[in-house]
Amino acid sequence: MTENNMNPLSTEMLYPVQNGIGNMVRTLFPESAFIINSLISICSLFLLVSLLPVFLIWLERKVAARFQARLGPMRVGYHGLLQSSADGLKLIFKEILKPEGADTFVFFLAPILPASATFLVMAILPFDHHLQVADPAGGVIYVIGISGLSILGILLAGWASNNKYSLLGAMRSGAQMISFEISLTLVMLLIVMLTGTASLREIVLSQQGTVADWWIFKLPGLGLIAFLMYMVSSTAELNRAPFDISEAESELTGGFATEYSGISFAMFFFAEFVNMFVSAGIAATFFLGGFLAPQIGVAFIDPLFAVIPGFVWFFLKTFFVIFLYMWFRWTFPRLRVDQLMYLEWKMLLPANLLLLMSGGFFMAMGGIL
Amino acid sequence: MDSYTLIGFSVFLGAIFVGGAISISKMLAFHSPEGDRKVQPYECSEEPIGGARIRFKVAFYIFALLFLLFDIEALFLFPCMKIFKAVINNQVVGISPTILFVELFIFIFILFFGLIYAWRKGVLTWE
Repeated sequence: MTENNMNPLSTEMLYPVQNGIGNMVRTLFPESAFIINSLISICSLFLLVSLLPVFLIWLERKVAARFQARLGPMRVGYHGLLQSSADGLKLIFKEILKPEGADTFVFFLAPILPASATFLVMAILPFDHHLQVADPAGGVIYVIGISGLSILGILLAGWASNNKYSLLGAMRSGAQMISFEISLTLVMLLIVMLTGTASLREIVLSQQGTVADWWIFKLPGLGLIAFLMYMVSSTAELNRAPFDISEAESELTGGFATEYSGISFAMFFFAEFVNMFVSAGIAATFFLGGFLAPQIGVAFIDPLFAVIPGFVWFFLKTFFVIFLYMWFRWTFPRLRVDQLMYLEWKMLLPANLLLLMSGGFFMAMGGIL
Repeated sequence: MDSYTLIGFSVFLGAIFVGGAISISKMLAFHSPEGDRKVQPYECSEEPIGGARIRFKVAFYIFALLFLLFDIEALFLFPCMKIFKAVINNQVVGISPTILFVELFIFIFILFFGLIYAWRKGVLTWE
């Protein structure tokens, strides 16, 4: 958490509620305010990460059901809200099987790696002005680096299982994820170029002003294209439909997770759903103004929106992007492997390099800033 | 406190979370006696023929090489992107905006050329 280095007056006006809480902590415990702030952030992060997958799995099932005109889970709890907690509890009691000929150490390490790596990226997401565990100066490069860890977990799982389905699924999704990671990185670099900073918090603060100052609307059309590219490559990075060839239920049974059961299987799912939240959160941070309240330039709505605390806006934007991911799943048919590679290497990558060049060109011409 | 210390602390909590879940499951999980069919790798109830560590399609290897190339490219572009705005606004002494832009253009062009070379060689076509 870095010190607030922006104009204090504008923050005071924009965020009266949060600053009220922040000032209260600061006046009550002036010396340990920073420590208390960090502790609150870390504890809320921990709670959030452990509860998120439960909620997201419920949401996924509900959205899927509604798209197919069904009700989805309804029995356990109000509208099935406790269904995924019950499923998780059941998985804890299930036996963990290790198939014949599997590499014991790697087999049990594989689900732990991506699951604990999720905490690494969650720690630098800016949930609010004062609700961010850490804000390293090279935040963007850090995010890119950590996202590689989930690929590692999948490859390890596929190799260690001694199962042909697992190996095929892991190799497929490994090839897919490393390919799409390039265009994801290049889109993030575009935003770094436009803002001139790599810290996630400062990227959010660079979008202050009205809705038109969000990066998605900023460059003439290019911001929207960059957002679409981010959505396509992050969907592929998450191994979600329409890019879910690593599992492709009808082809490879469970993909890389075929031989996993019980809590190890649950760990993969945990990582998958938290990663989905992280991708959506980064989309909100980079393109949709993160924790900033949308100011649409209407005199009686803007102050009303500004009163709502920033983390509410962050979660609203993030869940909007998550809903888009879930929507994709029921709208687009699955791509074949060769189509996938065609999309990345022959369409997205050249387009990304062009986008980067035109972004630089616009900046050099002084057209947008 | 350094921001990486805080990250380290939250990762420590994460490791406790994951390790705790797994050890609770180890204690509570049901164990049935082992049989030779039970630990057989799942192949839709066919008897598996041979192990799974087999020779594999070489295209994956080529794509991994290409990935290394372009990811390192992104890493090299990163510092340039970071200072780009400051240079354009003439806040950095000694770097001319025009030269930076031309250098950036040349660097990306070389990579673009490499991509086209791989394309013409037919490496990017998956069979």
